[in-house]
Amino acid sequence: MTHIEVTVNGERRSDEVESRLLLVHYLREILGLRAANVGCDTTSCGACTVLLDGKSVKSCTVLAVQASGHEVTTAEGLSAGGELHPVQAAFRQHHGLQCGFCTPGMVMAAVGLLSENPHPTETQVREGLEGNLCRCTGYHNIVRAVLAAADAEQVQANGSAPANAEVTA
Amino acid sequence: MSILGTRVLRTEDPKFLTTGGVYTEDVVDERLDGACHVFFVRSPLAHARITRVDVSAALEAPGVVAVYTGADLADLEPIPPSAAGLINTEMQQRLLATDKTRFVGEPVAAVVTEHPYQGEDAVELVEVDYDPLPAALGFDPSDESLLFEAAGTNVAGYWGDASSLNPELFDGCEVVVKHTIINQRVAPAPMETRAAAAVWGEDGRLTAWIPNQGAQGTKSQLAKQLGVDEELVRVITPDVGGAFGAKFGADPEHVVVAWVARHLGRPVRWTETRYENLIAMTHGRAQQHTVTIGGGRDGNVQAYRLEIVQDAGAYPKIGAVLPMLTILMTTGPYDIPRAEAVAKVVITNTTPIGAYRGAGRPEATAALERAIDLFAAEISADPADVRRKNLLAPFTEPHRTAFGALYDTGDYVAALDKALDAAGYADLRKEQARRRASGDIRQLGIGVASYVEITGMGDGEDTPPQENATVEVHPDGTATILTGTSPHGQGHATAWAMIASEELGIPVEKITLKWGDTDLIPEGGGTGGSRSLQQGGAAVQQAAQELLEVARLRAAAELEANAADLVFDKTRSAFNVAGDPEASVPLTQLAENERLLIRTVFSQPGATFPFGTHVAVVEVDTETGKTSLQRVITVDDAGTVLNPLLAEGQRHGGIGQGAAQAFLEEVVYDDAGNPLTASLADYPFVSATEVPSFELADMATPTTYNPLGAKGIGEAGSIGSTPAVQNAVVDAVAHLGVRHIDMPVTSRRVWQALQAVQPGSEQ
Amino acid sequence: MIPAQFDYVAAESTAHALGLLAEHGDDAKLLAGGHSLLPMMKLRLAQPEMLIDIGGLAELAGVRTDGDELVVGATTRHADLAASELIRAEAPLLAYAASQVGDPQIRHRGTIGGSLSHADPAADLPMALVALGGSVELQGPGGSRTVSTDDFFQGFFETAMQPDELLTAVRVPRRPGVPWGYQKFVRRANDWAIVGVAAVDGRIALANMGPKPLRATAAEEALAGGASAAEAAQHAADGTSPGEDIHADREYRRHLAKVLTRRALEHETG
Repeated sequence: MTHIEVTVNGERRSDEVESRLLLVHYLREILGLRAANVGCDTTSCGACTVLLDGKSVKSCTVLAVQASGHEVTTAEGLSAGGELHPVQAAFRQHHGLQCGFCTPGMVMAAVGLLSENPHPTETQVREGLEGNLCRCTGYHNIVRAVLAAADAEQVQANGSAPANAEVTA
Repeated sequence: MSILGTRVLRTEDPKFLTTGGVYTEDVVDERLDGACHVFFVRSPLAHARITRVDVSAALEAPGVVAVYTGADLADLEPIPPSAAGLINTEMQQRLLATDKTRFVGEPVAAVVTEHPYQGEDAVELVEVDYDPLPAALGFDPSDESLLFEAAGTNVAGYWGDASSLNPELFDGCEVVVKHTIINQRVAPAPMETRAAAAVWGEDGRLTAWIPNQGAQGTKSQLAKQLGVDEELVRVITPDVGGAFGAKFGADPEHVVVAWVARHLGRPVRWTETRYENLIAMTHGRAQQHTVTIGGGRDGNVQAYRLEIVQDAGAYPKIGAVLPMLTILMTTGPYDIPRAEAVAKVVITNTTPIGAYRGAGRPEATAALERAIDLFAAEISADPADVRRKNLLAPFTEPHRTAFGALYDTGDYVAALDKALDAAGYADLRKEQARRRASGDIRQLGIGVASYVEITGMGDGEDTPPQENATVEVHPDGTATILTGTSPHGQGHATAWAMIASEELGIPVEKITLKWGDTDLIPEGGGTGGSRSLQQGGAAVQQAAQELLEVARLRAAAELEANAADLVFDKTRSAFNVAGDPEASVPLTQLAENERLLIRTVFSQPGATFPFGTHVAVVEVDTETGKTSLQRVITVDDAGTVLNPLLAEGQRHGGIGQGAAQAFLEEVVYDDAGNPLTASLADYPFVSATEVPSFELADMATPTTYNPLGAKGIGEAGSIGSTPAVQNAVVDAVAHLGVRHIDMPVTSRRVWQALQAVQPGSEQ
Repeated sequence: MIPAQFDYVAAESTAHALGLLAEHGDDAKLLAGGHSLLPMMKLRLAQPEMLIDIGGLAELAGVRTDGDELVVGATTRHADLAASELIRAEAPLLAYAASQVGDPQIRHRGTIGGSLSHADPAADLPMALVALGGSVELQGPGGSRTVSTDDFFQGFFETAMQPDELLTAVRVPRRPGVPWGYQKFVRRANDWAIVGVAAVDGRIALANMGPKPLRATAAEEALAGGASAAEAAQHAADGTSPGEDIHADREYRRHLAKVLTRRALEHETG
């Protein structure tokens, strides 16, 4: 067993884990944070996406031991005091989820994307989410949601609407 | 202001977005404390005798509680084939393969461990000796290698009578085109794989958490396969991460998990890996179509024949029966004077075929729409014009087709024209002509597909489709609905609450929906075949209305007035004496002394038939063959729309899957029956970069079959888009002489088609 | 879907990592981003008994210049390579190749050292390296050595590295302002290349046209002899041995190699 110290959603955790324990299982089974889901075996689907030191990663392909000394943010950690994060709110507003299985990972990937590219074009959103698979939505509303969240975040930051708000059908 | 028809945001979402859905693997319940975990040993061969299974090494592995083989389950009945009586009854499936294995991935043994990680370690230690047999594959599997010796054939059954096909069907047709096309095998691949959690209580009852599309059907099948009374089984449906037709009933694995729980006297849990899901969850489609279409040079289609071969996989399940639905929809939205269809169902050493979004109907449309385009190409006519010429004229009285389908309402030409208009069809053809003239490397293709599809089927002409609902109003101002439907992403919690809210004046946020617990809701048809809104939603409306009638009597007593003199004011959710608003009593107050609830069953005369037209625009790189899907424009008329937000979402999802089948996805086996697309890296599950945003045009021709005016929308998107995209890709290179390319129209297939018509065109 | 059991050590220094490699040989594997190794371990295609985590070693990270070369630390993540102003200015083909690996999440973890030592002939960075030329720096118990990119990739998932060696850095020539082209033909986003081509400065490298990334030497010679891009590209598949799989047969791969080489030589990315 290996000793790890991980900060998860702002909370410091200390645990003894098997070295092969995947970060996604550490979060789900040991910490009870089950929003991140396992959807595949080949690092393809992104349902397990969380932020590691602020960067989106697929937690099924990170060992819990690799996260020791680092910070993890999950979907549960996004909403502060019961308020939906702007990306979560946008997903709701635009019906960017149906069965919800891909959703926490998709939201975290979107948060990661917007932190690196605050004003993505539609193409950049689609490419930015190429690591997250969804079977239900056909991606249409997910893309709308992310673009809307980008606009909303700009409004929040600047206190005014963006000059060239992308018209979304 | 009615809430019906408005874009109500989903009440489900805050949970899904923050703490996440509670799927079967997420369920935390004290009844499952101390659960052990099942991991299946699966056959690595497509066809083999099993000569020896040695579990001794596995039993010694860390954390192993038990290992079970087919011999341990010998006194459980095998799973009979679907439609036994019409399908060869010898084609049964043992829960764990015992004497023989018939597809790669078939479960052979079950390892039970304390911790899930230990299962994967232990399965490697189970020794199984296989005596390989040749694999029977394809649409004409050789009878030399029989899957079931006792059956004496690899043909599972027939639908229709091939000997009654009319050799003179095409007499008098100036033009006859015949072609064999493939509707390829695809994997439903919901994001949540299959799973189960099971525990037997001291009362001898089984409680099983299983992601499914209809708990009542799952319960029946579980009970039957376990050999116990249905009363002893309770199925609970957690959140379900997508299903698309492949999570109906109970799979062998579910039964084994429940059996293990009983045998060990402990709770047991199971979640399959994606690899297992891609090879052992039922696949979809896998039909071969020989289409013959004939008519005049003026564009009139006079005759059409559809000969189907269904590859049902190793064990005939729902897939073996689906050709019946394909045949039912043979002529689609067209008025074709002479048409016939037959089907042969074969079994092969591959994963069994089940239902997959559309379940038999997309196949009919795909064949027909390809045939129409082949015919149009033969007479050098515009494919949209040929469709317009042959579509059934608009009707408001039900129209019965030669195949026995009774279409309720339809205006197919309007849907076609609306879609073409929204697409800017004329401009697209101009742009296409320009690129053809200039020999542009990137050619434009425009594909059209018109469809009609059947939703909300009952169990046959004698059993009209129906669903139950219970609505209860509570004294605290809230309400609860119990439904026989089984949502897995469709948003019933919001939609049924909207319907009840509209009747009762109780806000949507205060209405809770329950489903999928067979102790709470013993009867129900589940969610599939796009039945839920038209039957389940209508049942909710009916229950709410009936509840108001009961409430009215209580209000009359309360207000000491005549029931007939009372009006129900939705805005206040209260009854008052007509003309005297002060003399009122709130609805919820009427639940204080006695429960206020109604259970009702809503029945509608028959299935309904949504319809539409899809237009796809593609760019094909003629040097590499690669297709880029540029636009998909659709009209999907499913009658009155309850919640446009949800309806659009269903259309988007269907279009995404339908398009994916056309140009991307395919389950591939090698010549020995080994699956080559057994991971999401190999199986080309469509991502956000392959599809554009979709353009939805609205059209709503209500049905008269239910008071909501609603038909089913869930599958329509995947029915129209598949042939639209396929036709578009063929269209892009039609001017170079290409008439047909099978799905998926991959870049390699397109390139090969171009090579075939232009030998030596290598740059 | 779960790796077999293994021991895990977080290396404290390169020397520490080398010592462990020497001790455990073939039974140990180095772990940095883990996005080539862990997927293999999860499928049990690799079952090392020990993982030596070098992901935290600062001396293996970072990008700098050294005369006419860029020096890229082995544990530099693909995302950082793609975003590096220095690399984009001086070896833009490398930055672009890094931006094409997998998806954003994979790029946040995967490292150039991991990708090169994994040596997947269909991958982006091995092909890019072969196009750029340059060398790979290795350290072993006996000291350090440099292997040219032409000699580093030896076969199907096989490199010149010994089991007791560690890849410390990659060196590529600085070519500011030199046009380049990159073509990665995929069926679907996130896929490995069915065929890939990278071209810069008269050098052309191919992905997935053989067991290792190949130089399209016949095409390069034609170019050097004055042929046009289209003419030179006709020779792109000469001397290659493409495989067959569910995506493509040999004939199609050869055809793609020619088309994509012409496009890369015309400085297109796609």
